[in-house]
Amino acid sequence: MSSQAAASFRLVGGRVLGAVVTMWVTTIVVFSALYLVPGDPLSVLLRGRKPTPELVEMMRAQYQLDLPFLERYWNWFTGILHGDFGYSIQYQQDVGELLAGRMPTTVWLVVYTAILILIGGTALGIASAVRGGRTDGAILVATSAMSALPAFVAALVLLFVFAGLLGWFPSFGAGGPDVASRIVHLTLPAVALAISYAGLMARITRSALRAELGSDHVEAARLRGLGGIHLFRHHVARNATVPVLTYSGILVAGLLVTSQLVESVFGLNGIGSLVVSSVKNLDLAVVQAVTLLVVAVFVLTNLVVDLVTPMIDVRLRQRKAA
Amino acid sequence: MAGLSMPSSLAAASTGLRRRPRRNVSFDLSIGVLIAFAVAAIAAPLLAPHDPYSVDLGLTNAPPGTPGHPLGTDGSGRDLLSRLLFGARTSVIGPTIAITVSVVIGVTMGAAAAWCGGWIDAVLTRITDFLFAFPGLLAAVFAVALFGPGIVAPAVGIAIAYSPVIARLTRSVVLGEQQKLYVVADRTMGFSGARTLVTTVLPNIAPIIVSQCIVSFGYALVDLAALSFLGLGVQAPEADWGLMLNESLPSLLLGAWWVMAFPAACLVLVVVAINTVGEGLLDRRGKKRKR
Repeated sequence: MSSQAAASFRLVGGRVLGAVVTMWVTTIVVFSALYLVPGDPLSVLLRGRKPTPELVEMMRAQYQLDLPFLERYWNWFTGILHGDFGYSIQYQQDVGELLAGRMPTTVWLVVYTAILILIGGTALGIASAVRGGRTDGAILVATSAMSALPAFVAALVLLFVFAGLLGWFPSFGAGGPDVASRIVHLTLPAVALAISYAGLMARITRSALRAELGSDHVEAARLRGLGGIHLFRHHVARNATVPVLTYSGILVAGLLVTSQLVESVFGLNGIGSLVVSSVKNLDLAVVQAVTLLVVAVFVLTNLVVDLVTPMIDVRLRQRKAA
Repeated sequence: MAGLSMPSSLAAASTGLRRRPRRNVSFDLSIGVLIAFAVAAIAAPLLAPHDPYSVDLGLTNAPPGTPGHPLGTDGSGRDLLSRLLFGARTSVIGPTIAITVSVVIGVTMGAAAAWCGGWIDAVLTRITDFLFAFPGLLAAVFAVALFGPGIVAPAVGIAIAYSPVIARLTRSVVLGEQQKLYVVADRTMGFSGARTLVTTVLPNIAPIIVSQCIVSFGYALVDLAALSFLGLGVQAPEADWGLMLNESLPSLLLGAWWVMAFPAACLVLVVVAINTVGEGLLDRRGKKRKR
């Protein structure tokens, strides 16, 4: 028993260490990328701006261009550990505060979208795998069409039909502060963002369920006379959850990135539109911070999925421990 | 020797599969769409009825069927058909750069990992896993932040983000290939490992890599269009589908849906066609490999 505890401790420790190393390497990549650009970093940072002496001085101070590379990295890195992500030239504001102010809209949008994907995608996948036949065929066509529809195209179509022609939903802004207003404002953006991911989710659910439905242990359960909901819940669904969860881990970080597409269509004031305006205005500190944020979300969600899946499927635990 | 013990019916089925693939309507239709796409990209100056950049402020948002403008005009009175045809060009160039670069990176990493094994494999596999943490669009946006907008910078960003997929595929295929007799035979005859890898193994695995590239091409096309849509890729007044969608927003609010619908339809149609062809080829290779 204690050896098993030690094994799972080692498993958890290994995963956490892996996540920490990935994050650390990311900070190195994100920091040093500036020095890959040909030319003097100062001229890269000043590109397209009038190099007034004050601005030059500010850039030198913010990016510490007079210090040696390693010392500069170390100061930046320890700053981030203390929550200091630098200063935004465009907004004349601390990047951390700026991000915190933009966060609520994006979190609402991503959570709303993720719920739509989880419910819609798995429902379609389950219907497709369980009913089979013509239902399966129709859902397959629908989901492949869905997964080929880029979020920004979906956003434009929904904007035109449901906000323009029918006038059912507002076309601009994130709403708030009360929940009802947020949901009304974010419905079209969330649906636009969800469509292609829900198509993929449905396909993953379908193939996971079909693999389980055709397996020996389900056949054996059927021969014992089991069927219906009990068979599905206890012998099929549990194992099929693993690929769905694995995909969900990648999903959240992906949503965070693609949210900028629908945010720009619906005039939402979130992280995504912040990145776009920061890139246009060469506000590198903001872009670096958001890149770190996205990778951190990716690493964390994957860590959680990696730790949760062995609890669902015991075989994974044994394989990983061995 | 496995081939000799294979039942004759199975062997016949597998050669039949190779010679004449099962007729598949959607596959053939997709090939047709892609040929039309290629023709549009190559012959845009010959096919376009108008200069894609000539502005006519007297004829803005003209509906489809307007004399001289079969698909109508956009918010600046530019001919939509001409702009769509020229837009096919940037839609070929960007993803081609992205996929070429990602194949060079991915195949080198994957083949080196499989061929050398040991600590090189361990390090390269770690790097591959690490690269998976960067979504394509994020890498592209980051590249634009550093190198400025255009086609090349985002394409290279996307290439780096897509390379782990190709690296992982190459590694697994090369590992499978290493078990085969021709590789063992080459080794026994004393040829150097690198020579065997380049002259015999890589040509053998090329078809499956190419199939993966076709699928990745579709994703790269969408990501690059998305970037142009955000105003970070191809810059105005260039004709590009993503940029056209970006510029269609004011027309859309005036009710001129066609300014948005045509570039959207082109983009979706080409992406669906590329996916169908790519997935179809990957399936066939997969089946063949299992045999």
